Amino acid sequence: MSKLYTFLKYFFITFWTVFVVAPFLWAVSTSFKDFQSVNSKVTYIPWLDFEPTLEGWRVLIKSPAKGGVDIVEPYFNSIFVTCTASLISIVLGTLAAYALSRFTFKAGFVRNNDITFFFISQRIMPPIVLSIPFFIFLSTIGLLDSLLGLVVVYIVLLMPIAVWIMVDFFNRVPKELDETALIDGCNPYQAFYKVVLPNSIPGLIVAGMFCIIFGWIDFFFAFILTFTEVQLLPVKVVALNSSITPWWSLSASALVSVAPLIIVAFIVERYLSKGNLSGALK
Amino acid sequence: MNLIGEKISYKPDEQFHLNDVSFNFKKGNLYTILGRTLSGKTTLLKTIAGLLNPDKGSISFEEKDFIKIPVWERNVAMVYQQFINYPHLNVYENITFPLEQRKLSPEQIKKDVDEALKTVGLVGFENRKIQELSGGQQQRVALARSLAKKAKILLLDEPLVNLDYKLREQLREEFKRIFSEGLSQDTILIYSTTDPQEVMELNGEVIVLDEGKVLQKGPAKEIFENPSNLKVAEISNDPPMNVLKGSKNSKNLNFENISLEIPNHFKNLEDRDYNFGIRASEIKLDENGEEFEIELAEISGSETLLHLKRGNSKIIALIEEVMNFKIHEKVKINFNANKFYAFGEDEKLVSSPYGGTNG
Repeated sequence: MSKLYTFLKYFFITFWTVFVVAPFLWAVSTSFKDFQSVNSKVTYIPWLDFEPTLEGWRVLIKSPAKGGVDIVEPYFNSIFVTCTASLISIVLGTLAAYALSRFTFKAGFVRNNDITFFFISQRIMPPIVLSIPFFIFLSTIGLLDSLLGLVVVYIVLLMPIAVWIMVDFFNRVPKELDETALIDGCNPYQAFYKVVLPNSIPGLIVAGMFCIIFGWIDFFFAFILTFTEVQLLPVKVVALNSSITPWWSLSASALVSVAPLIIVAFIVERYLSKGNLSGALK
Repeated sequence: MNLIGEKISYKPDEQFHLNDVSFNFKKGNLYTILGRTLSGKTTLLKTIAGLLNPDKGSISFEEKDFIKIPVWERNVAMVYQQFINYPHLNVYENITFPLEQRKLSPEQIKKDVDEALKTVGLVGFENRKIQELSGGQQQRVALARSLAKKAKILLLDEPLVNLDYKLREQLREEFKRIFSEGLSQDTILIYSTTDPQEVMELNGEVIVLDEGKVLQKGPAKEIFENPSNLKVAEISNDPPMNVLKGSKNSKNLNFENISLEIPNHFKNLEDRDYNFGIRASEIKLDENGEEFEIELAEISGSETLLHLKRGNSKIIALIEEVMNFKIHEKVKINFNANKFYAFGEDEKLVSSPYGGTNG
């Protein structure tokens, strides 16, 4: 029985690993191919099946004037917009979440849970519903087709995630921990940043990771709210696809756009397994 | 110079959490607050700490209005029933935290912390993480942090309740030592608990609290010997004092068709109906006694608790040996009439074997 279980366990783990990793390997291999190797017959292994070339990668950093596509600028635009919006969302979202977790708000029939739901409801709506209001809003304040405009829109999209995760997290941090900090001579602000925040690092990391992922992969708003001045990476990658699909540079750009998330995931995974709150309350 | 509370009420919802509570705590003394769960013990301690503001009433300390001073400037210390420590700091940093917050000199901090660690017996654990400690050790860290602060008011909210039996006994012994050695004569120590035994062992001034109201105040011995009413008698005994509805006439005490000779301390009582109280430990198995039916028998440690029934009366007897009984079995028991309490029909104490009221 246990042998069968072990066998099945490893079988499915192997199966799933291949399922997940194979497309990446395929993309890696394709990114080194040229037109001939992609279109003539199925090829797998460089040097044996086909002659590898760096053309797919070179195109990405060449200026359009020289026949390249230049994803360097969109790349840094994406990093800037994602990081700025995530950072602001986390800072504001964490403060909001702490308040929602610790204080009781009453305004008419509105209570804490209603406010929390208001934040989450921003994510329940399909993005298409928000696109027109956002478009009109940005064009009115003159931020259409600009990095700042995108940052503003992304904060609206990302902050609910931060609030949602952090409210849940703070609710699980015992209130007595804050109270002890107050008794030990911290004013409420000190209690927050000296005691509550250091113990919330796992929550902050999870929230930060989700913000970065959702910010980084957004195509829809990046597509609708920008034209020529500013371009973000996902839009640029999709735009590579013209009358002839350049599979090699498409693969290369897909790989470089996934890379930051993979790096983030590896760093985060290490922190997540480290921190826990078990010492606060038994 | 005392900590004085006057007519404190706190009613955040439908129910009173504190109802007209007054107290006068003197420096250098130990006060225990005895009450069941949800009786308002924690609320009272939090009010003194400043975590809650009462709706009515006043608290003053050293002639200052305490309520106007925010928590972080009150210089109180509090140990919770949950083991609350700072999980991101190690044992040493946990204890230095409040001292650094007060900006004491590093030498002073080192001295105070070492002293506190020694008092609670955690020398050598300085660099441990909180998560690596057992429950008892975690509570010691919390206590050390409170002691190192040298606060003028030390609040302990059921500090032993979440520990297992053995550790509780051990730490209780140590608490007695710590309270007598480790505290200055300047400190007011307030200790809340649900456990009457703890109250008796700590032997301080007791406040019995129920539904936010103070039922009785006095030295532990006085509460034990002369509980002012039935509620106090229930709360201050574990198992709770048995209550038997009955009456006294010129010859006998009568309840549930049982007649007992009138004990000496009841000689002067009026002949009428009473609620008689008798502790579980004053009931013995006796071949020639009265017949009761066993509803439940539980063995705890070296004792057996018998839940007995006769007519409308249910009582608990504490037998000081381990015995096996069958449920619904009949047993014969004998009451020690000399230890009977008499409470009036208004539940107030009328006579106690220790000379309370008109004894």
